[in-house]
Amino acid sequence: MAVAKKKTTKKKNTAGKVVKRGTVKVVKDKYVPSGSFHVAIPNTPIFDEKGKLCGVTNPRDMTYMHSYGGEAPFFDALAKGVLLGTKCVNPDCEFKGSIYLPYRIHCPDCLSKMKKVTLTGLVKKTARVHTFMITERTGAFNTLKKPIKFINIEFDGVCTILMSYLSVGEPEIGMRVVPIFRTKNPTYTITDLSWVPLGTPKSKLPAGFTF
Amino acid sequence: MIKFSKEQLKIPEMSRPVYLVTVGESEFRRAFPHKRTEELCVDAMQMAAELIDMSPAELKRYIHTCYYGHFADHFGDQLLGESVIHDRLGLDPLGNIGVKTGGATGGSTMWEAVKAVASGYSDCALALGWERMDEVPTDEGNHLISCAADKDWETPLGHIYTGYYAVMAQKYWQVFGKSEDSFRRTMAEIAVKNHGYACYNPFAQAPMKITVEDVLKSPVVAYPLRALDCCLMSVGASCCIVADEKTARKMTDKPLRIYVGAGSHTLRPADRRDMDIPLLPNETPSQYKDLGERFPGGDRYPGFTGFLAARMAAYYAYGMAGVTDPCEDLDMVELHDAFTISDIQTYEDIGIRPYGEGRDYVESGDCYHTNPNTGKPGRLPANLSGGLIGCMHAVGATGLMQISECALHIWNKHAEIHGDPKRWKAYGKKKPKDWQDLTVRNCKRTLAISHAGVGSHVTATILVDPDHLLKKSGKKKKKASSKRKGGKK
Repeated sequence: MAVAKKKTTKKKNTAGKVVKRGTVKVVKDKYVPSGSFHVAIPNTPIFDEKGKLCGVTNPRDMTYMHSYGGEAPFFDALAKGVLLGTKCVNPDCEFKGSIYLPYRIHCPDCLSKMKKVTLTGLVKKTARVHTFMITERTGAFNTLKKPIKFINIEFDGVCTILMSYLSVGEPEIGMRVVPIFRTKNPTYTITDLSWVPLGTPKSKLPAGFTF
Repeated sequence: MIKFSKEQLKIPEMSRPVYLVTVGESEFRRAFPHKRTEELCVDAMQMAAELIDMSPAELKRYIHTCYYGHFADHFGDQLLGESVIHDRLGLDPLGNIGVKTGGATGGSTMWEAVKAVASGYSDCALALGWERMDEVPTDEGNHLISCAADKDWETPLGHIYTGYYAVMAQKYWQVFGKSEDSFRRTMAEIAVKNHGYACYNPFAQAPMKITVEDVLKSPVVAYPLRALDCCLMSVGASCCIVADEKTARKMTDKPLRIYVGAGSHTLRPADRRDMDIPLLPNETPSQYKDLGERFPGGDRYPGFTGFLAARMAAYYAYGMAGVTDPCEDLDMVELHDAFTISDIQTYEDIGIRPYGEGRDYVESGDCYHTNPNTGKPGRLPANLSGGLIGCMHAVGATGLMQISECALHIWNKHAEIHGDPKRWKAYGKKKPKDWQDLTVRNCKRTLAISHAGVGSHVTATILVDPDHLLKKSGKKKKKASSKRKGGKK
């Protein structure tokens, strides 16, 4: 039975009372939320400097329940330190044998369901930075440490270029990198996968991450 | 898709010609705390009516279907915002539909309206676009914009869309810009130009007289991009009204032929596979053979350096209009300068310059109203409105604003609209004493590029003075007038 794993976090409502964030399970193919999911915060008026009414605030605090569907094996595998991709094995496909990472369920050419392939070994041997970007700017809800060092990684034998982030050192185009995985307290999101320069000692890895 | 079938490469055909009748714009600002969106839409509609000497009620009588471009409805916490606007414009019970393709929403809205008329479904259709990005705090706005990336594979990485684009800028900067100071300065010149042109546009949000040094000293957003390299975040509305020939001639004495082509490419740059470069009419198969030697790292196409969607949109639109060389056949362009570097990338995607040589369009002076190297009119002026950097990027309205600005040049109404002191005053602005008339003289054909984010959607809209068509009835016509050489006066 599938379970949407969700950490319970604490949040204050407007009265200052601590409420528990709800959790979600899937039972008999239905989402079953339990606990508190939103805090109703009253609106407040917006005036200009002359006291003229312009509008009101509309606070919203919501939780989405999102299905990974056929991509769930990829996110589940990250927590186990495994990087999965997919391969088109349809003998009639013009581009048969193409390997995809990001993991995609169907071949973009023939639309047949692709085969799951473990790429952990391959990427450890061949991953290199295609391009990168360092930014201090993030949007609301960001959980990554700033500055974020975005890297886009190319691999031998893989026809796509994966986007991720570098956790140790400074990125450069062409730099060899190896994957690390958040195997302790995984979030089951793409942030559970990160990269470090080849040769980085285990002691330098961020908390919760392993090779 | 990395190989195209003959069917997919078909040049689009329309069942009957479509004409642009009139256009309108509101003022653009970072925020309008005292105005509802519909007030801005009404402003644009009123301008469209005035431009063809009609009252709004008279203009509305011609409209048969309505296409509304509005990208980010989660900013306004209002689904079916299109219906709100449609109702407030008093256009019920006409059929209407919302269009959203990210930054290309405005261009895509035009694409849809044109097809409605081309098919015969409607004789006159409205394309109206707007965006309202002032109703959430900036960091929440960044999150909402990042939702336009892949929510599982990209958004959790910083919730910052500019980061997903910036990796592409970095690649272009290192491979084709070769990280040269001279290239960095060329990028800055685009910002100087576009903020400068915005000074003469009463609709514009960010008129600024700045120097290359100012751009180079502005804060780093994501190296090599600095604050002044980036487009604006705006609120505002624009509209374009199209009709078949008979209706168009009833409405105005100078309708313009309109052609729109559209392309797409992967939402995630990650999914881009290596492929051959599809060629435009002014390119040859052999010219890119040594691209990887001239620009090491530049042999992967489109990689992270080209926008395949822009190339395909141009391919279709050029084919429809009969454009064989954009610099030769067109008189001015409005490009999607989301960032100075993506502006340069686009020059290459749409064939203004070959891949790898985009910077020359700026350095040659061709992109200016007046070429700074020669003092003569620029060969193909770009973004005289100020573009996204100087005028606005109110997403759903942007592509329509570009088309509106292009049309004003062909109609020779650019100075009348932009130079009207009453318009400046109405917006609480003073017409600058050194106001310049940026009209492109004898303008016959224009191009507007509307582009989404990392290149998921792009449209190319070509306007042609019907007395100067390049192509009639599917066949290339001998050019009615040759491209002006060296002078507009």
